[in-house]
This record gives sequence, structure tokens and C-alpha cells, in this order.
Amino acid sequence: MTQRVGIEVSRAVAIAAKLANVDVVAAYPITPQTHIVEDLSEMVASGELDASYIPVESEHSAMSSCLGSVAVGARTFTATSSQGMELMHEVLYVASGMRLPVVMAVANRALSAPISIWGDHSDVMSVRDTGWIQIFVTNGQEAFDNILCAFRIGEDRRALLPVMIHLDGFQLTHVIEPIYLEEQGDVDRFLPRFEYPLPLDPDKPVTMGAFGPPDIYTEVKKAQDVVLTSSKEVILEAWKEFGDIFGRYYSPIQCYRCEGAKVLLMTMGSFSETAMSAVDAMRDDGHAVGLLNLRLWRPFPFAEIRQAVKDADVLVVFDRALSFGGPGGPVCSEVRSALYSLDKRPKVVGFVGGLGGRVVSIAGFREIIERGTRIASEGTEQEFEMFGVRE
Amino acid sequence: MTESEGKPTWQQIEIGAIITEPGSARQYQTGDWRTQRPTYVHERCIKCGLCSIYCPEGCIEPNEEGYFEADLFYCKGCGICARECWTKAINMVEEE
Amino acid sequence: MEKYAVFVPKLIKKKENFAPGHRACVGCAEALAVRQTFKALGRDVIVVNATGCMEVVATPLPHTSWCLPWIHTLFENAAAVASGVDSGLKALVRKGRRPDRKISVVAIGGDGATSDIGLQAISGALERWQDFLYVCFDNEAYMNTGIQRSSATPYGASTTTAPAGKKSIGQVTWKKDMPGIAAAHNIPYVATACPSYPFDLMDKVRKGALTPGPAYIHVLSVCPTGWRCAPELAIKVGRLAVETGVFPLYEVENGRYKLTIDVPQLRPVQDYLKLQGRFRHLSEETVKEIQDRVSKDYAKLKEKIECMQKQDR
Repeated sequence: MTQRVGIEVSRAVAIAAKLANVDVVAAYPITPQTHIVEDLSEMVASGELDASYIPVESEHSAMSSCLGSVAVGARTFTATSSQGMELMHEVLYVASGMRLPVVMAVANRALSAPISIWGDHSDVMSVRDTGWIQIFVTNGQEAFDNILCAFRIGEDRRALLPVMIHLDGFQLTHVIEPIYLEEQGDVDRFLPRFEYPLPLDPDKPVTMGAFGPPDIYTEVKKAQDVVLTSSKEVILEAWKEFGDIFGRYYSPIQCYRCEGAKVLLMTMGSFSETAMSAVDAMRDDGHAVGLLNLRLWRPFPFAEIRQAVKDADVLVVFDRALSFGGPGGPVCSEVRSALYSLDKRPKVVGFVGGLGGRVVSIAGFREIIERGTRIASEGTEQEFEMFGVRE
Repeated sequence: MTESEGKPTWQQIEIGAIITEPGSARQYQTGDWRTQRPTYVHERCIKCGLCSIYCPEGCIEPNEEGYFEADLFYCKGCGICARECWTKAINMVEEE
Repeated sequence: MEKYAVFVPKLIKKKENFAPGHRACVGCAEALAVRQTFKALGRDVIVVNATGCMEVVATPLPHTSWCLPWIHTLFENAAAVASGVDSGLKALVRKGRRPDRKISVVAIGGDGATSDIGLQAISGALERWQDFLYVCFDNEAYMNTGIQRSSATPYGASTTTAPAGKKSIGQVTWKKDMPGIAAAHNIPYVATACPSYPFDLMDKVRKGALTPGPAYIHVLSVCPTGWRCAPELAIKVGRLAVETGVFPLYEVENGRYKLTIDVPQLRPVQDYLKLQGRFRHLSEETVKEIQDRVSKDYAKLKEKIECMQKQDR
């Protein structure tokens, strides 16, 4: 019988990777990701996990090593955060372009300067276009579950794409939550053995990562985009099967108390749980508000978003990252453009906050919803508003 | 995915643009880069094969009689074989 | 035929692992060095290539010159990718998912990929004792992007980013001692080689690939385009680099230095320099400066070797 145990979320993530029976872990320490890879290296040292642990000298080499190990057909896991992800930035494009399904946990953290070890989504947004499947998780259980799903999704023949699981630094990685740590037998039933179709193998030599002249590059990129877009089917299928086995079902967007809601708030990651409490409080006060918790960031769930907002008058999007000198929050900007061509669409209002570990309280989210509603009716010159900034 | 079949469409691109045919560059003619080509004085050739070891293309092999000769489909006419042949059995001549 | 070229071509395997049809420049001794390197090894090899001339000329989609499993990802990370290949293979063998058969992992890169941008990844992989061979094909500048200087460019050479002019002799720094840096990691095998000495090169490659743990080979690869020498002289120029002491051929086995091609009487460096346009502008004083440095470095190398031999006795 599966036990629900109080455990640090980082440790649960490491246990998920162990249950996935990973063959290679290549990682470099960075706060707040370190607990994940520390735990994995302990498991390797104790013999609990039979994997090669590569203690690389940088994040660039971490992701590069991951490319090499997936290319020989080894199931591969890594974790990083913030500057670490920036250092491996160019390698991320190669992982997706070469269709090498690495799984990476990202402990979301702000970017320098000034240096901050605390959470926001600047690192996520900087890798938005790298071609990875990207999933936000809301709590520890979702983190554990989605690490398992990530291997299943990424390694599927129809996808063969790398997957990032985004969990908020500290606000998720360092908290202790009650989590169901599933049994090995059930995990094995859900997660088939990884077989890369064209690995580096002297018995069948292939050339991987060849040079793309102008007369072929566009076709390669089109093929890549189609695969990432259509990987949504693989993701939905994996989530469905995960739910059938483990009893927890996931969807690209979680609609929380959206029935009859005229005003919707959209958030990502751990903040969504706080925002849910704000929605509860406002519902108690008789306001028709709901929350959209965005889980699937790439491929972008256009259809689900359009469906979710079709009856709303106002959509308030709360971003934890800022596109400097641009439209404000990257998620808000994408949602706006996803809705633009619709005849009937809600007014979209953007807020940016929760940067560099700044907490947004339940009262704060209530204020955001109320202020967003006001802006929607009165109009504003601003593209977005910074929330909670001292003037 | 060969030239004779025309350029591939995006649907025909292999996973990650992997090339599955080893050594397929053999289809590509580099011989037309040549401005000079090797000619052979077989009486001087001792069939040592040094020319083949030093050929950057790897396109020199013994013919049926054992004399080493360049495959002109690939030979770019660098002249290394003629320069390195110690019995002076190879001479470079201008291409017409 | 110069004195030191060994002469048994017929003993070499016929099988080519680097097929013709590649787009290397006419007389490219780097393509030659790559061909010799992988002729020396059997088929149980996985090649990891850094970005550079060899990746570009050998794999324009949809064609490949490679007959071995080969992967290229980026410029500075070949040693890290090779680490993943090595560790991945080891894990799969341990877990019974691959047959337990020795597969040599060979990472290759140019001098820029090795002594500049990829140095950190190489140092990391050597220090971690990854089981692989790294081969640097050194043509002494960023040739792929148009002859820009690297830290491997020799003193006095004119390149497009360190050009000779009224106020400059071109490269004003001395070539980085990359084999020395590799050896400082105390790895089991380090060597220098040159395709002008094919049997010496192939012996070293075999040794390096079969050595358990990390190995490093630094191959001087004459580039007629960048060095501005006649293509047919590519082999001769490489030979002169060795005969003048500019590029001594040695190996370091478990810390023990040994010259594999001993040159009792070095030729003057001018014999080497004068065949190359990149040195054409050099004054007599600069040539003398180079001569002094080469003589000193060669003497130092010999001294190191003799000292070690004495210790052994």
C-alpha cells in the first residue's frame, strides 16, 4: 500500500527519478536545486540506485553530458536553476533539436543582477523558446508525479523531446509536504523501458547533429515544431494513464471554481495554491471569480485556454517574470495573443510580481483580482502593472 | 534522403535529422574542384602505397595490377601524392 | 623520402571510417589526420565532434563522411558529451542492457575548441577520469571562421584578428602548451602527433584509445589555406615542424615523458617558417627570437626526459 509521507519536495523529486530507474544523472550544484541531486548522489553511493552520477564542472557540461548519455540510449536526469539554466542555455536548444529526451527538474529562481537565490519565473521565461516540453507544478505531489510523467512523455516515440518540470525554488523545493511515494511495481507498469530508436551504436552507425545547410534547415525546424505541438496528445495520454493507475489526474489548465465566473485569475506554480485561497474567500463573499492554474507551458495549450475563458468578462494574468521594455509578463502576453483572434474574448489585464522571492499573500491575490477587474472596466494606458512595488 | 530523390520535405526528415546511411558523402563528387590531376609512371611505382596514406581524401587505392591510383571522382588535385612519392612515379598535370 | 618517416603502408587496414566526398580544402592535413586517426581504430568506436572545420566539411545534411557512430552538438562541449557517452555506456553495460564490449569513446576538436572555448569541459572530463580519448586537431587558428587567432596560434603568425602590420608582428603571444595542461591532470596517456608521421600517429591513437581512463593526443594539422603554403607541401611542412623542434613528437605515459621521434640535430626554424605565408613578414630578429625559444623549449623537454630516465636508473 502506498504511503503518504511528510517529505521535503526536493527529496520526493529525487525519489521519483530513482523510481524511474535513471541510468545517468549529470548535475552541478546550484541553490535551490541542490537537495535534489545531493539525494540522488547519496542513492548512487549507497547502492539504492544503479546509475552513473557525473559530477560535472558546470551546468553547460551537465546538459552536454546528458545529450551524450541519452544518445547512447540511457535514461538521463538532471536538475538546475536560474544562472545554471542560463549557462546551459545553448545546449537546451540542441537537446530538443536533436530530439534527445532529457528530463530536468528546474527549481525556479530569479536571475542576476542583483544576485538573488529566491524564486520567480525569470529562468523559465528565458528558455521559453528552447523547444522543450515544459510543465509547471503546483505542489510537492504534482512535482513527484510529473517527474514520472516526464520520462513517459519525453521518451515516447511520438515525442522524443526533452522535458522540464518547473517547481518554485524554496517555496516548493524546500518545504515538507505530505506526498504519496508510489510503489516501484506501479511505476514500472506506467513507465516502459527507454529505447532510443537511433542510438549511437557501432553495430549501426548513425551521424547525429549534422550540419544544416539553408536548403534543409527550414524543413528540420518545421518537423521539430510539429512534433512539439503534437506532443500534447502524448502528454494528455500519459496524464490520463497516470490517473488511471495512481488516481491523480492532470490537465494543461486546472480550472478552480470557474463555474459561472465572470472574472478569472491565471497563475502558475506554487502561487496557484495561495491564489485558490483568495478565490475561496471571494466566493464566500459572493463574487463570481475563479482561478486558472496553468500547468502546461509548452506546448502552449491554445484550445484549452480559449475554452476556459469563453464565458469570462475579465482575465487577470499574474506573471512572476518581466519582459523588460516589452509587454510585461510573458504568460500574459501569450494569452493575449492566443485570444486576440476570437470574436468574444475577455479583457486581459496583466500583473507582474512575486519577483526574487517576494511573497504574495491571499489578501494580495484578492487585491490583484479586484484591481484587475477595475482596470478592465475603466481601461488603462499601461500594458501591465507591477504588483507590490514600493513607490 | 539522397540527392537523386530530390530535397526532403519536412515529413521526410529523420528524427533529429539523424543520417542513417554511413559514409553517404561518397555520392558527392569533389573531383570537379580539381585544377590539376595526377598521372602515373608505372615503371617507377614500387607499389609502396605511401601516396594512399598521405591522401587527405582517402581516394587512392591499388588498381588490378597493384599500382596505386587516385579515384578522380574524389581527387581534388592537391598534389601531396606526387610531392611525397619518393620514386617520383606521380606527376601532376594541368586539367584541360 | 626524409629520414624519419617509417615505411610500412601495406600493414595498414584498408577500411576507411572517414569516407571521401568531404568538403575539406585542397591539401587539408586535418582531414588527413582525422582519416588516419580513425583508420587506426577498429569499428567499436563512438566519435564526439566539436563544432569546427571537420564537422562542417564532413556532415552537410543529408550527407556524412562518417562510417562510425558520430555525434556533434556544440563547440565547447565535446569532452562533456563524451563524458555522457562514456557514463551512459557504462551504466547500460552494468545494468545488462548492452553487451560488455569495449567501445572507445573518442572526442575530437580543433585548437579553438580545445585550448580556448572547450578547455574547461576538457579539464573537467580529464579530472573526473572519464574513460575516453580526446584528440585535438590543431591547425593553429580558427580556420573554419576565417583564420582568426587562437591561443594555439604560434608567435609571429599573421591571422585575421592578429594581423601583421607596421605596429605588430601578428601573434604576440606564445603558443599555449595544451599537451602540458593535459599532462598536468596526471592522466595515464598524453601524446603529440602529426599526420606527416602516420605510423607514429596511429600507434599513439591506438594506445590512447585502449588506455583505461582519460587520454589526450595533440595533433599538429597543417592548414594550407590558413598557413598560406602550397597544398602539396602539407606533409613536408608538418615534417619540418618536427625536424626543427617547433612541434616535438613525444608521449607521456603515466607521467613518463618520451620522445617518439628523436631529432638529434634540429634544423633551423627558418626552414619551417619560410614555406608559410603567415610568417613571411617576420624580421630576422623575430626569427631569431623564435629560434631561441624553440631551442630552449626543446632542450627543456630533453632535460625533463633525461632527468626521469636517471631517476628510473
